[in-house]
Amino acid sequence: MSMLKVTASAVAIAAVSASAAAARDQVQVAGSSTVLPYSTIVAEAFGENFDFPTPVVESGGTGTGLRRFCEGVGENTVDIANASRPIRESELAECQANGVTDIIEVRIGYDGIVFASAVDGPEFAFTPSDWYNALAAQVVVDGELVANPYNNWNQVNPDLPDQPIAAYIPGTRHGTREVFEERVLHAGCEETGAEAAFEAAGVEGGCTALRTDGISVDIDGDYTETLSRIGSNPDGIGVFGLSFYENNTNSLQVATMSGVTPSVETIASGEYPVSRPLFFYVKKAHIGVIPGLKEFTEFFVSDEIAGPNGPLAQYGLVSDPELAATQAAVAAEETM
Amino acid sequence: MTDETAGRVPRSDNAMAMDARVRRRRAAESRFRAYGLIACLIGVAALVTLLATVLTNGIGAYRQAFVTLEVALPADRLDPDGTGTRESMQKVSTFGYGPLIAEAVERTLADRGVVIEGATPEDAAGLISREAPAQLRNYVLNNPEVLDQTVEFNFLAGGRIDGYLKGRVTMESAQRDSNVTPEQLQIADVLQEEGILSLRFNPGFITQPDASDQRPEAAGLGVAILGSLYMMLIVLVLALPIGVAASIYLEEFAPRSRWTDIIEVNISNLAAVPSIVFGILGLAIFINFAGLPQSAPIVGGLVLTLMTLPTIIIATRASLRAVPPSIRDAALGVGASRMQAVFHHVLPLAAPGILTGTIIGIAQALGETAPLLLIGMVAFVRGYPSAPPGGLFDPASALPVQVYNWTQRSDPAFVERASGAIIALLVVLITLNALAVILRRRFERRW
Repeated sequence: MSMLKVTASAVAIAAVSASAAAARDQVQVAGSSTVLPYSTIVAEAFGENFDFPTPVVESGGTGTGLRRFCEGVGENTVDIANASRPIRESELAECQANGVTDIIEVRIGYDGIVFASAVDGPEFAFTPSDWYNALAAQVVVDGELVANPYNNWNQVNPDLPDQPIAAYIPGTRHGTREVFEERVLHAGCEETGAEAAFEAAGVEGGCTALRTDGISVDIDGDYTETLSRIGSNPDGIGVFGLSFYENNTNSLQVATMSGVTPSVETIASGEYPVSRPLFFYVKKAHIGVIPGLKEFTEFFVSDEIAGPNGPLAQYGLVSDPELAATQAAVAAEETM
Repeated sequence: MTDETAGRVPRSDNAMAMDARVRRRRAAESRFRAYGLIACLIGVAALVTLLATVLTNGIGAYRQAFVTLEVALPADRLDPDGTGTRESMQKVSTFGYGPLIAEAVERTLADRGVVIEGATPEDAAGLISREAPAQLRNYVLNNPEVLDQTVEFNFLAGGRIDGYLKGRVTMESAQRDSNVTPEQLQIADVLQEEGILSLRFNPGFITQPDASDQRPEAAGLGVAILGSLYMMLIVLVLALPIGVAASIYLEEFAPRSRWTDIIEVNISNLAAVPSIVFGILGLAIFINFAGLPQSAPIVGGLVLTLMTLPTIIIATRASLRAVPPSIRDAALGVGASRMQAVFHHVLPLAAPGILTGTIIGIAQALGETAPLLLIGMVAFVRGYPSAPPGGLFDPASALPVQVYNWTQRSDPAFVERASGAIIALLVVLITLNALAVILRRRFERRW
């Protein structure tokens, strides 16, 4: 019988402390794995410099993070969603439907998307058309849409090295994929005339339909997986975030895009074409309820963190030239 | 004569001599043994390769490069109001402490007359971990009397410098590496000769919490170990009594009917359900319905309890069944009630089997990441959970989660951390499994 008593008391203790522990005292963050390192750097500094506990940061991808963010208002939902793309209309509608009405959008800076290959391989200089022709399911050859016939980079563009095409691109659950499709594939689709051909043929989504013969590989994991794929296949070319590349310059070399080498400077000036803003979204209803939420948000966009000399810039974030406006918006709790 | 023997296989008169059939049989026998031996060797080779990789990659995490520095703590910079109160000193953030450390490095180099061609002040400051300002600030806030003094500190060296001392970073790779310069490595060489920079045992790897991508050298397993410990406590407290009670009822009291058959099939089924399913269940029931907090060991523990229950029930039922019926009959025969027979005689004899089953179940639960993914425990957690029972509701991570997190970090120094965490996990698992074997050997009874 003593076992029964132990069980009963354990359940009772659990129930009692469940009600006692209802007040959450740390900020909860979830979302994009691209924003994750920045978020953890800020969380760590926040915990060191404030009397609030260090926020808990989860990964999982932009889409997952926003879905959890939009689950509702309350202490067992997340306070902040990290996103590597702006929130979609459909996601906003889901938020509204679940009572998450006041959302503060915070842009923390810009991130470059770079194309990198093994450090001891040949150098690459790409244009969006090269990528479109290398990866699309259908490409334009002699004015007609045909199934992608290319297997080597020099077939795509004679200026590129004679190396088999092996591309490791982010999977569809990553926000990075969307930027890749928009800034590289769509641009290439337009340049090569494939978009016009698709329109004439009445095909929708032809620009982002990729070949499925194993030459283009979706990576659903993180950049470390892409890196290890390139490690095992020296012909591979991967899509990385600028900060990841900058932490691994001894094993990766970066390719130029339309003649521009990606760097913090060329991304800040807008010369390098493939970059995107990074965001996080804050639930206004939780400000004042979850201790430290407002302070964390303000600390995140402060000059000493997100400014050009702050730790985020050191890690590879291109700081936002309009940071002052963001700071003012956060201070005033301006919602979307 | 010749006609008679023609159809038969000629047989040797000597029974000891080998004829063809015996030889074939023996050959088959030794072939079979060879297959078994090869299978064993393949298994052992795989295990040895795995262990060797993990050990060579990970053992370094238990040693870390430290720098001993004398840091001046000027009151005018650390106590802006001049009041010496905590409030005043808290206004200086870690960004205010960074320059003090940079100055200390420069002074140390200048005192010893070290001049490295092409080295900038940033190079010198970059030798020290970004964790150091926080360490310094905490020390000053807790010991305000040290203002205006010079105090000796042991700081962690930066991840790349640590890698240089361990051979992971070389002059050649530093040329290409944007996070370290060859000049910094030259300074490191000098400091090492002077005895200021050295590799030492690093207890922080076990006790300190996780750190961000910029400070691989400071990352530790503290929070993960506590989280795993809390979850295992919950599993033990809940799964053992429930599992044993269920098995005793099913084995000793329940009538054999269609219902018990259905329950039995379902228990065996549950044992084979992929663990992620339990995570989905946990999210739906414990977090969304019961309103328990996210990332908390209580939810992790409950989910792992559900996962471990079938294992414990199956092991317990097997060991109850192994107790011979004569024991029960004898107890009942001298007038014991059925409950007395079970609790006084059957259960004590089955206890070693139940214990081993439980330990193996717990060891299995300890290594699970998938169910924790959905309940928010796969996270960056830096705050230690407080003592139970309240601490069961604080955010924590878990040992396998820490391995998973670290393998996703961009800095290559985290590879070493992840392998180090695997070593810690393996040590715990080996201890648990050894305990299970010892208990079984010690208390097992044969009839």
